[in-house]
Amino acid sequence: MKGLSPLLITAIVLVAGFAACAVQFPNIASTRVIGNLLTDNAFLGIVATGMTFVIISGGIDLSVGSVIGFTTVFVALAIERWGVPPLVAFVAILVLSAAFGAAMGAIIHVFDLPPFIVTLAGMFLARGASFLLSTESVPVTAPIYSTVSDFALRMPGGGRLSAIAIIMLAIVIGGALLLHLTRFGANVYALGGNRATASLMGVAVGKMTVKIYMLSSLFAGIAGIVFSFYTSAGYSLSAVGVELDSIAAVVIGGTLLTGGQGSVIGTFLGVLIQGMIQTYINFDGTLSSWWTKIATGILLFAFIALQQGLVALARRPVAKRVGAAP
Amino acid sequence: MTALLPRRGLAQILALIVILAVDRVVSPQFFDLRLQDGRLFGSLIDVLDRGTPVALLSLGMVLVIATRGIDLSVGAVMAICGAIAASLADSYSLPVVLAAALGAGLVCGLWNGFLVAVLGMQPIVATLILMVAGRGIAQLITEGRIVTFTSPDLVWLGNGAILGVPVPVVIALGMLILTGAVVRGSALGLLIEATGGNARASELAGVGTRAMILAVYVWCGVCAALAGVIAAADIMGADANNAGLWLELDAILAVVIGGTSLFGGRFSLVLAVLGALIIQTMNTGILLSGYPPEFNLLVKAVVVLAVLLLQSPKLSGFAGIMARLRRANP
Repeated sequence: MKGLSPLLITAIVLVAGFAACAVQFPNIASTRVIGNLLTDNAFLGIVATGMTFVIISGGIDLSVGSVIGFTTVFVALAIERWGVPPLVAFVAILVLSAAFGAAMGAIIHVFDLPPFIVTLAGMFLARGASFLLSTESVPVTAPIYSTVSDFALRMPGGGRLSAIAIIMLAIVIGGALLLHLTRFGANVYALGGNRATASLMGVAVGKMTVKIYMLSSLFAGIAGIVFSFYTSAGYSLSAVGVELDSIAAVVIGGTLLTGGQGSVIGTFLGVLIQGMIQTYINFDGTLSSWWTKIATGILLFAFIALQQGLVALARRPVAKRVGAAP
Repeated sequence: MTALLPRRGLAQILALIVILAVDRVVSPQFFDLRLQDGRLFGSLIDVLDRGTPVALLSLGMVLVIATRGIDLSVGAVMAICGAIAASLADSYSLPVVLAAALGAGLVCGLWNGFLVAVLGMQPIVATLILMVAGRGIAQLITEGRIVTFTSPDLVWLGNGAILGVPVPVVIALGMLILTGAVVRGSALGLLIEATGGNARASELAGVGTRAMILAVYVWCGVCAALAGVIAAADIMGADANNAGLWLELDAILAVVIGGTSLFGGRFSLVLAVLGALIIQTMNTGILLSGYPPEFNLLVKAVVVLAVLLLQSPKLSGFAGIMARLRRANP
C-alpha cells in the first residue's frame, strides 16, 4: 500500500493533463486519438514494463534500446534475406534476447558489478552487433506484417485498437499480475528493499538477478518485434534513447529508483503521460518536438523530488524510534 | 585496489602502446608527421585533436566518479554550451562568447550538484534529468536549426595552432595541468577521495562533503562546456541533436579504463586522460583499417567488460596473483 500515494499522484497528473488538453483541443478526447496514442507507444509500454521489474529490484537496464534496434534488424534480415519463416525468426530472437539478458544478469551478480555499467557494455554490444548485421534500413514485406498492421478492433467513436496496442496491453496486464501476485514478484520487491536481508530470508539472489535481467531483455525483444510491425522495417539506428524514455516512464509512474517500491500500472500511466505530451505538441502545431524532452525532464524532476520528500518523511519516525530505543 | 596493477598506470601505457602498434600495422603512415601552414598534420596529431572533447569531459567526470557519483548529462551540457557559443559567436567578441558558454556550463553543473549534494538524489538519477531535458534546451537555443558561424576567433579555437600544435590539444593540456595543480597541489584531491570513500565518516571528520560534491559537479559542467565550445568551433556550427551524443559514455569509459574505481575513493587525472586517448586511438585505428566506424561499439563493449572484470571485487584470485607479481618485482 506504500506505493499507492505516488501512483495516485501519477493518475491525477494524467487525468488533469488530459482534461487540460481536452479543454484546449476538444478533438483530443476521442477514441481515435487514444487508439493512436496506444499504438504509437506500444513498444515503449512493453519495454517500460520490463524496466519496472529491473528498477524495483534496485538495478537499471540501459541496453533495452539497443536490444530493440538489434531485434528489428535481425527479424528483418531473417525474414527477407535468410528466408526464415516469420514465427521461427520471432522465437529465435526472443530466445537470443533472453539469453543476452541472462548473461548480463549473471555478470552483474557473479562479479558484483554496478548494473548500469554492465548494461552500458550490453548497450554498446547490441548496438554494435546490429550495425554489423546491416547499417541500412531493411524493409519487411512478409504477408504477416500487413496482416498484423491491418488488424484492429473497432472502438466506439471510430477509434482503432491495433494489434500491437493489444499486445502491449496484454504484456502490461501480464507484467502487473506477475509482479503483484506471484512469489517471483514478491522476491523482486525484496531484492530492491535490501539485498542482504532478501538473501538471509532465503531469496536466491543470484537466480533472481539473472531472471530479472532476462525478463527485461525478453520484453525488449518483444518490443523490438512490435517496433518492426510498427515501422515494417528493420533499422540498426531505431529506438536510440528508448532506455531513457522507459526509465522516465517508470519514474513518473511512481517507482522508486532506489528500488523496493513501484508498480507496473504506474509505469503504464507514465507511458501514457509521455504519449499525452507528444499528442498535445502534435495538436498544437506551433510547439516543436524538443518541448517533449523539456517537459519530460521537468516531470522527471518533479516526481523524483516528490519521491525524495516522501522517503524523507517515511524515514523520520523510524529514526526517532531507533533513537528512543535503549 | 592499486594491487590490481603491477604499477599504477603501467597497464594503461602498455595498452596504448599495443593499440598504437596495431594502428602502425594497419596504416604504415600512422607515425608520419608533417608541418604545413604552421600546423602539424598526421594521424598522431589527429588522435590528440579528436580526443580532446572526451579528454576534457573525463577530467570533470573523474572527479565526480571519485566522489562515488556519476554525471550522465555532460553530452547534453556540451550541446547547450556549443549552441550558446555558436549563436553568440558572430555578434560578440571571443571573451564574451566564452564567458557565456562556460557560465552556462557552470549553471548546469550547479544544478546537478544541488540535486545530489543538497536534495540528496542518487547521482545517476539527478543527472538523468538534465540528460533528457538538456538536449531539448539546446534545440530551444538553436531553434531546431544547425547554427553556423564565421567568427575567425572561435574558429581558431577549434582549428588553429600554437607552435604547430592544434589549439584544442593545448587547451586540454592546460586544463589537465590546471586541474592537477588545484586538486593535487592542495588537499582538495584528498578531501574528494575521502568523500567518495565514505561520505558519512568524512563528514564526521570535518570534511565539507556537500561543498566537495557541489564543486566536482560544477567543475564537470565547466569542462563539458569547454568541450562543447571546442566541438562547435571544430565544425563551425552547433548541432543540438548530435553534439556530444554518447560522449558521456565515452567519458565514463575513459575514466574506468584509467583505473578509477566506480565505487569512488580514488582517482587519477592523468590516467583518465590516457583512457580518453586509448579510446580515440582505437577509434582512429578502426577508421584507418577500413572497418565501418560502427565496429567501434563492439570493440568498446569488449574493452569495458574486460576492464570491469579486472576491477571486480570478486576476482580476488586475479588480484592476488597481480599483488604477488608486484611483490616479486617492486
